[in-house]
Amino acid sequence: MRFLFKTGYEQDVRLFKHAGQAFWYGVLAVVLLAAPAWAGDYVMTQLHFICIYSIVGFGLMMLVGFTGQVSLGHAAFLAVGAYTEALMHNAGVPFVVSISCAALFSGLVGVIVGLPALRLKGIYLAIATLAFNVIVEEIAARWHSLTGGNEGMTVKPVRMLGYDLSGDWQFYYLCLILTVLSALACVNLLRSPTGRAFVAIRDSEISASCMGVNLAKCKTMSFAISAALTGIAGGLYGHKIAFISPEQFTLFQSIELITIVILGGIGFLHGAVLGAAFVIVLPQLISITKGWLPEGVAPTGLQAIVFGLLLILFIIFEPLGLYGRWLKIRTWFELFPFYRRGMFRRQKTYMKSERVR
Amino acid sequence: MSFLKVENLGIRFGGVVAVDNVSFEVRRGEVFTIIGPNGAGKTTIFNLLGLIYAPSSGRMLFEGRDLTGFSPHRIAAIGIARTFQNIELFEHASVLQNLLIGRHRHRSTSLWQELTFTPAVRRAEIAHREAVEKVIDFLDLAKVRDTLVAGLPYGVRKVVELGRALATEPRLLLLDEPSSGLNPEETDDMAFWIEDIQKHLGITVLMVEHDMNLVSRVSDRVLALNLGAAIAEGTPAEVQAHPKVIEAYLGSPVHRR
Repeated sequence: MRFLFKTGYEQDVRLFKHAGQAFWYGVLAVVLLAAPAWAGDYVMTQLHFICIYSIVGFGLMMLVGFTGQVSLGHAAFLAVGAYTEALMHNAGVPFVVSISCAALFSGLVGVIVGLPALRLKGIYLAIATLAFNVIVEEIAARWHSLTGGNEGMTVKPVRMLGYDLSGDWQFYYLCLILTVLSALACVNLLRSPTGRAFVAIRDSEISASCMGVNLAKCKTMSFAISAALTGIAGGLYGHKIAFISPEQFTLFQSIELITIVILGGIGFLHGAVLGAAFVIVLPQLISITKGWLPEGVAPTGLQAIVFGLLLILFIIFEPLGLYGRWLKIRTWFELFPFYRRGMFRRQKTYMKSERVR
Repeated sequence: MSFLKVENLGIRFGGVVAVDNVSFEVRRGEVFTIIGPNGAGKTTIFNLLGLIYAPSSGRMLFEGRDLTGFSPHRIAAIGIARTFQNIELFEHASVLQNLLIGRHRHRSTSLWQELTFTPAVRRAEIAHREAVEKVIDFLDLAKVRDTLVAGLPYGVRKVVELGRALATEPRLLLLDEPSSGLNPEETDDMAFWIEDIQKHLGITVLMVEHDMNLVSRVSDRVLALNLGAAIAEGTPAEVQAHPKVIEAYLGSPVHRR
């Protein structure tokens, strides 16, 4: 077990807490940068999607995991980002500008959705965001002249500064860079006052507000950041599929996105990546079982059931998600043989009954 | 100009008059305590001062500034910090992170700076930690600095909450029953800290408290409430001996005919 002896406040603030952490992230970086060398076409495509979903995961984690606001409408932000990027890129706007606009516009829509969140909590907020998802889906389907309606629209391959970036490895690096930048932005935010204010709102709105946290501003900001990140992912998603239509951004997609953070582990940024990888790989695992399935059962139909079942099982048996499971395994090895079962059990909060609302 | 002046403060919830026409004044640098039996409206006055409720009538002036109509988050910015009767800490964060939230009103960096973590943000973060460390030293919290609040015993949480309020560097500290749920030893520690806060940090304290030992030990002046109305004001001894106060707590004497 490693004990950190802190000798300066700077140690508390730095990105990597100790040399070991820096080393393992270095190894990860090398493996990921070398991916085009070791991964085949199929794995590369999976990696594209994992990057894209990780960015969504980061966005959702900021909102759901750290600010404690539920959203069942994130597919809508994905749609806003995808359509903005597709329309601008098809019109010949440079990629850097168009993806920034996708993020900005999506963030702006996030602010609008965030406004009712100031008054709504829990299940009501979930319903409001769900309704928002349906509205955006409907707009995308009805605004024929702009979005091509239900027939959808094709998205031109990514080009930047005259280079075609739609090749397997070029697009991979593009996704990887944006994923790393998103992760850095989230980590930076979480170690600064705004990130702490988010966590404060999650844990107790009343005392956050008494400590000077502007609830309205912070919640809206959280929605905006979450939506902007999802917008970036949406832009990449459009380029990856090369074709977008309203039916890619349905409620089911939203639920799949929220699954990322719940399976990954609410409240851990690592969880977003683990969850994204899991959600991408799972359908492949399901399709492997095709041979054993009885006649007439399609693996695609099975997917929704398996997703739902996993969601329920995780919430009941592993609320900390995949990353929580990893933490437990790591602690078990670190403390061997002194690990106790109850170590990660969250204690019941003392006296919640008389809270001022 | 008085430090904190409450004039004819009143609030009603439907037909219930929780606070009725209460006026008092807190002088700079003193410990002022509000006492009263259950349901007297003590915590309601705190929630009015904390801007959680809007008063139905009256005014609250802090250093000459009218607080009515302020939004709650601005209370910290003007130098008022509070604790809660039933601890409202951030459960899933460490003690250090809880205290750092107290520094929120002193932040100086913008969102864009924070997203890229510029050197200015780094310097500010280090400065916040230095300020918080002073509070940790003051309240002797060093051994639990990195522990999650959810795993701490009640008495320690109470101190952490006090620390979080102190981390905002307030000029007026509102303590809502600082000794509730504490054992005699912890209550004794709390009394020491309140004295220290007043004498060494120069912070004015306004508190609601039941424990009369603690009240008479630390308070300069006491206000007694009953059923939402002020019944007596003065030094702890004066108020304790006041016939109306005794009547409020023990009931009126039975007259034999």
